Amino acid sequence: MKLLSPRRLQVVIVALISLGIILLALGGYLRFATDRLNRWLVEAQAWVSTRYMALTDFLTMPREVSTLRQRNAELEAEVARLQAQIIELQQRVTETEILAALVDFARANPENTYKAATVIGRDPSPFLNYVIINIGSNDGIRPGMPVVTEKGLAGRIDAVIAEAARVQLITDSASVVNVRLQNAATNAILSGSLTGELTLDMISQDVNVQVGDVVLTSGLGGGYPPNLLIGQVTSVRKLDYELFQQATVQPLVDFDHLQYVLVITNFKPLDISPLLPAPTP
Amino acid sequence: MSALLALPVFGLALMAQTAILSRLTLLSGCADLLLLLVAAWAIQERVRTAWQWAIVAGLFAGYVSALPWFTPLAAYLLTAALGRFLTRRLWQAPLLTMFVVTLAGTFLSQALALLTLQVAGRALLWGEAFNRILLPSALLNLMLAIPVYIFTRDLASLLYPEKVET
Repeated sequence: MKLLSPRRLQVVIVALISLGIILLALGGYLRFATDRLNRWLVEAQAWVSTRYMALTDFLTMPREVSTLRQRNAELEAEVARLQAQIIELQQRVTETEILAALVDFARANPENTYKAATVIGRDPSPFLNYVIINIGSNDGIRPGMPVVTEKGLAGRIDAVIAEAARVQLITDSASVVNVRLQNAATNAILSGSLTGELTLDMISQDVNVQVGDVVLTSGLGGGYPPNLLIGQVTSVRKLDYELFQQATVQPLVDFDHLQYVLVITNFKPLDISPLLPAPTP
Repeated sequence: MSALLALPVFGLALMAQTAILSRLTLLSGCADLLLLLVAAWAIQERVRTAWQWAIVAGLFAGYVSALPWFTPLAAYLLTAALGRFLTRRLWQAPLLTMFVVTLAGTFLSQALALLTLQVAGRALLWGEAFNRILLPSALLNLMLAIPVYIFTRDLASLLYPEKVET
């Protein structure tokens, strides 16, 4: 009876059951049960893992969204900065091209000395074709100095203050320029108008003026230096009963988009008005 | 205070006019911001400095423009006078007054400028000036009249607050 005490009996039974289970397992009889058990375990593991991940996501996502938003904002700011930089660089390229053309013009005409200026405004009155430039008497600018662009004559200095000057464009209605027609080898007078159109006048009737003829300053009168390009003849009006022919001229300079100009600083305009005969009453 | 305010207001307006508005042309006409400000200020009922504003605007424009200095001054004073005159008669329709003053002021100032240029000996084609400069300028001024009126109305209510009767 001592050998079969309840406690020992329990141990023996457990040992026998365990041995039986091991033997059954080794014999392959428990595969069905182990498979099902494994499946339950895997499913349980997956469930726990999924819930854990969901919980982790829930706890960590807000922080990540905030980080992502911050990063997104940083990148958007960077994109905006780069776009602004691109626009600025494109503007600089345009400016450089214009300035390079002005330098080329200055090199091609070394007899003159130039001062570059930026156009900062136009006359408030629509009846006047004047522009304001950002250099003045402090830079040696004086009234009457011719103003050119890389394409040709633009006008002349009309009024000057210390830091700025007003330029009368050749398209202004009060502007009169003595010119010559290169192909026709004749002189004429070029005048502007209220609307900015250029008209050639005082061309003798016997001169053969053709569309496309190049118009240059003649230097007569001393108001402008000679041989500055102005434009081309676009149409000719020749009437038999008139003393002179007239022609319209297309200027080479784009006066609507004037940005940079060169002031010819070594040219001193002449005032020949005392030499002109006084009108007889 | 209100009169002194004219200096920065017209300083900025003149900059905007010469740098931007004079370049934004319709045919050959362009808007006149200074004229619009003078007109809009003159038609504000409680404003008492319309003349001072017109003088400042005229002197500023005369200083920058190649026109004789007295031409814009006279034009803006006449516009202010017209504005004050019409405000007393059309006080219930400020926008209508603004349009009338803008249109009349534009014609007045442009006619005065043309007359001055004619006297100065320029060869002018009045028909061309009317079609290609005066009419487009009037149209542009009318388009800008409302925003300028709103701006000056807000400025006027800031400087001249309405008295509340108790």
